[in-house]
Amino acid sequence: MTPEAPLAPRDREHALRLLRAMLRIRRFEEACAEQYSKGKIRGFLHLYVGQEAVAVGVIECLTADDAIVATYREHGHALARGIDSRPLMAEMFGKVEGCSRGRGGSMHVFDAATRFYGGNAIVAAGLPLAVGLALADRMQNRDRVTVCFFGEGAMAEGEFHESMNLAALWRLPVLFACENNLYAMGTALARSESETNLCVKAASYEMPAWSVDGMDVLAVEDAARRAVTAVRGGGPLFLELRTYRFRAHSMFDPQLYREKSEVEAWKQRDPIPTFVARAQASGALGADDAARIEEEAAAEMVAAVDFAEAGHFEPVADLARHVLFEGGAQ
Amino acid sequence: MTGERIKQSFREAFRQSLREALVRDERVFLMGEDVGRYGGSYAVSHGFLEEFGPDRIRDTPLSESAFVGAGIGAALGGMRPIVELMTVNFSLLAMDQILNGAATLSHMSGGQFHVPLVIRMATGAGRQLAAQHSHSLEGWYAHIPGIKVVAPATLEDARGMLHTALEDPNPVLIFEHARLYPVEGEVAADAGPVDLERAALRRAGRDVSLIAYGGTLDRALEAAESLAGQGIEAEVLDLRVLRPLDEAAILASVARTHRVVIVDEGWKSGSLSAEIAARIAEHALGELDAPIRRVCSAEVPIPYPKHLEDAALPQAARIAEAARELVRGG
Amino acid sequence: MPSLGADMDRGKILEWRKQVGDSIARGEIVVLVDTDKAEIEVESFSAGVLEAILVPVGETVPVGTPIARIRSAEAGARPAPKPVTPPPPAPPAPQPAIARPPAVTPRELPPAPAVASAAARPHATPLARRVAAELGVNLASVAGTGADGAITREDVERAAAPRAAAPPPAVAPAARDRAAAMRSAIATAMERANREIPHYYVESRVDLANAIAWLAATNAARPIADRVLPAALFVKAVALAAREVPELNGFWRDGGFVPASEVHVGLIVSLRQGGLLAPALRDVCEKSVTQLMADLRDVVARARAGKLRSSEVSGATISLTNLGDQGAQRVFGVIMPPQVALVGFGRVTEQPVAAGGLIGVRSVVDVTLAGDHRASDGHRAGRFLAALARRLAEPESL
Repeated sequence: MTPEAPLAPRDREHALRLLRAMLRIRRFEEACAEQYSKGKIRGFLHLYVGQEAVAVGVIECLTADDAIVATYREHGHALARGIDSRPLMAEMFGKVEGCSRGRGGSMHVFDAATRFYGGNAIVAAGLPLAVGLALADRMQNRDRVTVCFFGEGAMAEGEFHESMNLAALWRLPVLFACENNLYAMGTALARSESETNLCVKAASYEMPAWSVDGMDVLAVEDAARRAVTAVRGGGPLFLELRTYRFRAHSMFDPQLYREKSEVEAWKQRDPIPTFVARAQASGALGADDAARIEEEAAAEMVAAVDFAEAGHFEPVADLARHVLFEGGAQ
Repeated sequence: MTGERIKQSFREAFRQSLREALVRDERVFLMGEDVGRYGGSYAVSHGFLEEFGPDRIRDTPLSESAFVGAGIGAALGGMRPIVELMTVNFSLLAMDQILNGAATLSHMSGGQFHVPLVIRMATGAGRQLAAQHSHSLEGWYAHIPGIKVVAPATLEDARGMLHTALEDPNPVLIFEHARLYPVEGEVAADAGPVDLERAALRRAGRDVSLIAYGGTLDRALEAAESLAGQGIEAEVLDLRVLRPLDEAAILASVARTHRVVIVDEGWKSGSLSAEIAARIAEHALGELDAPIRRVCSAEVPIPYPKHLEDAALPQAARIAEAARELVRGG
Repeated sequence: MPSLGADMDRGKILEWRKQVGDSIARGEIVVLVDTDKAEIEVESFSAGVLEAILVPVGETVPVGTPIARIRSAEAGARPAPKPVTPPPPAPPAPQPAIARPPAVTPRELPPAPAVASAAARPHATPLARRVAAELGVNLASVAGTGADGAITREDVERAAAPRAAAPPPAVAPAARDRAAAMRSAIATAMERANREIPHYYVESRVDLANAIAWLAATNAARPIADRVLPAALFVKAVALAAREVPELNGFWRDGGFVPASEVHVGLIVSLRQGGLLAPALRDVCEKSVTQLMADLRDVVARARAGKLRSSEVSGATISLTNLGDQGAQRVFGVIMPPQVALVGFGRVTEQPVAAGGLIGVRSVVDVTLAGDHRASDGHRAGRFLAALARRLAEPESL
């Protein structure tokens, strides 16, 4: 599915949009790492550094009406989807101004306005949810797509197989976007899957299964656009995005399971500088554009941290609110 | 209200209730194993596939986790799914979706999402189905904040609880005791929706309270009859709703009789009966003229041979015996 | 020292990867730290020059302790972060700080109590204890017939009766026996009242003209079974007046007055076969006069039939005795301990009354308040009676 000749951005507009989206994610994640070290963010923190091209490239192809289900490594998807970095950082800080009222933290980002259904911390649990969202669309004759992001580790869970089967059986509009970053926490793919060719496994459920270079945002976007078109009003599709996370699984992972040299090799394919180079070579980006966007992103993240710092903690008296729905009978 | 009464089994009552729900609201659909072509494993949905079609009566593969998760997603997507888990025994495969999905979404997202999902399951023992098919795990589910749990034990409730459950914006679990399906009785021809909030006094008395639910209600009533023959007037309280418990009704009953026997088909340790006993001790200690007694299943996996199964389950004779001991004091 | 995990509270410096004077790029690894779980490389979030190493290799410091100083080289960069205080142990939500438990110096425990003897706490059910307290029964003198020999409510009631105890019944005793036990219990209470409570009495003649007229009008439209009698008005008025004068509504316990938060009015009901019962009407202030009349009818009927529950014979916070039907002009009653007041009503009669320089005839009733002088005085009593009279003069407000 990776195109033979490297793609170029359509125009300057397009290039700026993609670069801005990826850089914002990168800087946000770095700000999170810093704030975690200072003790402002607690619990588990899973950063998306290195994988930015996947979220940006896929979400670029969605409409406002489509739905997204993601995992606990979802900050990038949330930002790409349009969730403001300020409430997102406030959510990391556990403040009530956060997108889930601070209730969820890093792993449970939800946003009804953008149809962002989490933020799910149980590996593979988002797949049945995505199947259900797509089922509702099918039954109500709506042409919406549900994208389900998950890591390759989820493919070992029973829920992956159940969901793939059900989606194909009932022909549901789900785009199963598998971010294969080669490690499920500390377990390499080869140590957990008897069949490491993910598309072969997916295709056995009778759905199209494509693989694409996840470090190339233009390739991702190209593949995703075709995928979303196929899924919309149609059936499910499996898209493997070959990517790599440059940082540890979470904040206190000593990364004993992989060689530094491997990480360095993948860093040579960092989606952001490689995109900048390609966009400048094609003339879509000018010499100053990257620096300017860099400045904007840096300023934006400072503001996000300030917003989160200034936020408030939900009053303890509200602890039991929203256990059950607070509106009336429907 | 015409006042006309008809003879009906619980199975027929559940079926009528389900059919009326499907007719009443086109968002309602039934999903589960063998609900369509097989006509329902307990024949509750017999004939529905022909009447409502395969879109609304969906046979699923043996994928409890996926189709419960899909039920959650479909509910989020605007449908009113009724997911049928064949029995509570198989629900364990979907427990993650129920607990980490349905029950937590509202609170965890800061109130942004709610899940109007109904899950029906058969429960209970008594038909020599042996250890893996005889569980009563209502108490486990009643432990979880964010869902409602109900146990219809009368025909009125079998007819009326589903209606109200479908109108509830929160997940509702309905436990149908398998032993009741063929049991017949009289009920109003136009029996309608019932509340999902209050316990019901099925028999008034003054010497001892028998608190029961679901499949143990008829045992408790039988015990009360036998006690009456010995001059002991027992009152029988049908919990109806296991979460949230109608604490006021429980405490009022204890305040009337000052002696209580709690009947629960779950195993005694850490059961729902333990919760009820704790609440009585917490709020009505001064009303007790005797220790709280519980009659539950023996702490064994339910065995296959009839005599052992009977010995393991709470029977009317054991309930009456416990009540007598309380009244006679020694 | 950064926080590198949910359960990390300190770290040990293993190796400095940079020396003083080295320049550091943002994201570069500066030091290797041991966190108990693993060895983690720590990056710098600022670019600049390493100015000072503050914690040497081998030392362990808490999370938040400054370990190195970097002089930032970026023009217009943010000022170096201030030393970060360690994260607070509890979430900084607006709630009182969790207090540390006081240091406990170990000392010898007192010797274990001797095996339970007659002097030890009697084994009684919670309900039996409550009833024993209300009836003034000493549990040590009661034989228990409940589970494990526990004293039950019935055991207490039986003990309150001065005559010989009947053998423990196999089944709940007949209603008549129960009434007899209650009667005897009241007698015991009366003896105690006379012994313990310093009574004083204040009396007032209350104008019932408005009340009687209101009753006539209200009852005109009702069937006999629903008609309201003056007694219901008296009960409501007493309750409302008791709310206004709380020193009369509550209990004398352990040498002090304990006011009750609700008003439950005890009714002295005489029994045909002799003796009396004192059932309580609960939450009288919240009930309508119509409801009270129904409750009154019910409770009096059941009292006379011996069908009261023990729980109904307890809990009154102030009592009322109405001997008007018996023809008494006024009543000087005996307070039911542990209550502190009793309101007595005599017969409703027509009397000449002077008002505005003229003489007329109006319905009146003589009301007497018996007060426990430990808990209240004549001043309060006077206010109570005034409040009572005011309420009865405005029957619509009842």
